[in-house]
Amino acid sequence: MPKLMIDDKEVIVADGSTVLEAARQSGIHIPTLCYLENIQAIGACRVCLVEVEGAKTLVTSCTMPATENMKVFTRTKRVREARRMVVELLLSEHDGNCQTCDRNNDCELQALANELGIRDLPYEGARTKAGRDTSTPALIRDSGKCIKCRRCVTVCNQVQSVGALFPQFRGFKTEMAPAFGQNLANVACVQCGQCAAVCPVGAISENPQLDRVWAALDDPSKTVVVQTAPAVRAALGECFGMAPGTRVTGKMVAALRRLGFDAVFDTNFTADLTIIEEGAELLKRLTLAVKEKQPTALPQFTSCSPGWVKFVEHFYPEFIPNLSTCKSPQQMFGAVAKTYWAEKIGKKPEDVYVVSVMPCTAKKYEAQRPEMNASGVQDVDAVLTTRELGRLIREAGIDFASLPDETADRLLGFSSGAADIFANTGGVMEAALRTVYEIVTGRELPLENLHVGPIAGLDGIKETSVTLNGTEPDFAFLEGVTVKLAVASGLGNARTLLDRIKQGKASYHVVEIMTCPGGCIGGGGQPRFTTDEVRKQRIQAIYSEDEAKQVRKSHDNPKIKQIYGEYLKAPLGERSHHLLHTCYVAREKV
Amino acid sequence: MPTRKCNGCDGKSDHGVLLRRLDKVLREYREKPGALIPVLQIAQGLFGYLPETVLKRISLALEKPYSEVAGVVGFYSFFSRMPRGQHVVRVCLGTACYVRGGKQVLDAIRKQLGIEVGETTADGNFSLEVARCFGACGLAPAIMVDNDTHQRVKAARVQDILSQYVKRVGKAKGRSKGGKR
Ligand code: SF4
Ligand code: SF4
Ligand code: SF4
Ligand code: FES
Repeated sequence: MPKLMIDDKEVIVADGSTVLEAARQSGIHIPTLCYLENIQAIGACRVCLVEVEGAKTLVTSCTMPATENMKVFTRTKRVREARRMVVELLLSEHDGNCQTCDRNNDCELQALANELGIRDLPYEGARTKAGRDTSTPALIRDSGKCIKCRRCVTVCNQVQSVGALFPQFRGFKTEMAPAFGQNLANVACVQCGQCAAVCPVGAISENPQLDRVWAALDDPSKTVVVQTAPAVRAALGECFGMAPGTRVTGKMVAALRRLGFDAVFDTNFTADLTIIEEGAELLKRLTLAVKEKQPTALPQFTSCSPGWVKFVEHFYPEFIPNLSTCKSPQQMFGAVAKTYWAEKIGKKPEDVYVVSVMPCTAKKYEAQRPEMNASGVQDVDAVLTTRELGRLIREAGIDFASLPDETADRLLGFSSGAADIFANTGGVMEAALRTVYEIVTGRELPLENLHVGPIAGLDGIKETSVTLNGTEPDFAFLEGVTVKLAVASGLGNARTLLDRIKQGKASYHVVEIMTCPGGCIGGGGQPRFTTDEVRKQRIQAIYSEDEAKQVRKSHDNPKIKQIYGEYLKAPLGERSHHLLHTCYVAREKV
Repeated sequence: MPTRKCNGCDGKSDHGVLLRRLDKVLREYREKPGALIPVLQIAQGLFGYLPETVLKRISLALEKPYSEVAGVVGFYSFFSRMPRGQHVVRVCLGTACYVRGGKQVLDAIRKQLGIEVGETTADGNFSLEVARCFGACGLAPAIMVDNDTHQRVKAARVQDILSQYVKRVGKAKGRSKGGKR
């Protein structure tokens, strides 16, 4: 436990801490750019320079170990001038056009220039040229804005274990890009947008679809409906300066009404529907395996997260039979909105325009997969990220903070608390357990507040099991069976778990995987910047949403009963099969 | 592991033999840390250059992302993704050569051959590379064509030198596809 002095403050830190960590712990601000908490400390950008007594040169605090009796100075003239020079050099190469940049007002480089008081650029450098890659529906990369901090590379390789990005070429031409500077669409990228989530500048962002949403809203011949994913309501407030974890469900609905959507619905509704279908699918697989001793693919993997689905298709195609055939809630929504609901209001599928708001960039990719047109036309027409919805609301001049709380339209907008928790890692599993346990035993899941503690929280891989006792006659074959469950978030963790299963070191009945660390609340389309602290706040907000609901279990949602009664008839039935289930394709690894 | 089908490869042709030798190397190096660069060097030695199929095979076998393999290939100028020409022209841009006109010589060669550094002429006659130092600093600027060193080269003499290696240099113009960026 070294004791050191930072400026005039005495600080005691844990062994192995860096000077930066010591400073942050004691409330002393040191600017950073390439540093990513718990993920990357490489000393590359040199923005975090400090002076250490006895050291000849300034040192990068993100890599400098804190040692006993060290004396650190963070704001001397030498430090201030050096940091300023570092940022001036960055700006002299930068394709800076803040006014028209995606990150205007939300940019770490811009903020640094402001913080360090840069008022003119003494260096004339060759500027990086705009090099835009718009090949994927999910993302736009613009190497002209890139400051080569490598955060995206580290996240794509270390956190997601995808490895689509790596520094290419050398010197001034260095680019953080797919192999040989190809387009992202040509390589095995899962379009998760975690690279965009950590990029400090406007070099990687979602591929925007605001224009087409405005066009649909302005088109009187279209009936424009909107669905919002559960995770959006826990983060949208951040676009308007509210604290992470502020619950803005009611204001979000009010804003969407004022934007002119003809119906404001909720992806939560189809999250409930997913639980009914995916639960039935699980029981079918268990029946085959346990009762009829037939070969069947177990564990069953969740399929709500399109980045994860694409990851399996590229890297573990042998596990495709294990993926639930259920479409994600986004796609189930599009399919029922353009059939069931369209029929109800006397419209054809092509007259209904479905907009989703998602915490995710991979959802943009998912919506345009060729399988996703069960209604006869593309089921989901436009996908906005949470950040884009923030922009839409601002562009419309709506004062978000002063909006009243409103509730979503009933039919495809009513949901249980089980649907809310789809946003959190472990949430889909918990929601499924609330329903499946009750179907099998006839009793409510016997856990406090219906929460499954061991699979909640930010650990990358979590496990638990549930033993089924006192089963209903139909499920007597499951009496005494212990159902083993695993949950992982972040694709690197998913890879670890898959390898364990492959090598026979672990076996489960059900596995929930979410592409993004912490689940959808930490998605690639959420307001930046998502730290673990922010993740915890959003997760808490989601649990509060759930607990505040009158209906907490998907099968208790009266609108779910209604859609089965009026239209779908039975889970896994013919209509369900056509509208709510899908198939997957093996893709190339490299 | 599914690999791309190789047209006309029956495992007996030269290419097939080379691939099998590569696979043997890959098996040897698989578990070794830091295998990527030596494996790339061996592969370039085998094939003369590094075609895409070979790079992808290396990426899969060493379980390294293709982007990383590509990054390494693009970083070191001694790796080439194109078959080399019959003659390799290397221009020294070491300090001594640079200050004494190496850059102008390089520009003249680029213009003469109509290709960029790292590329090969369409007729397969010349490849152009740059190098750091041949140890001929005293007589800078220097270029090498294959194993011959040419010293005190002037831009105006470039055509003469190159024409020693092919009868009509004029025909060598025009770049081939797929060169490095
Ligand atoms: S990335 Fe930041 S600094 Fe660069 S143009 Fe955009 S807003 Fe301005
Ligand atoms: S979207 Fe995901 S997989 Fe694709 S480059 Fe970004 S981090 Fe990597
Ligand atoms: S794209 Fe963004 S995250 Fe990646 S290196 Fe460039 S600035 Fe950093
Ligand atoms: S933050 Fe320390 S060098 Fe970039």
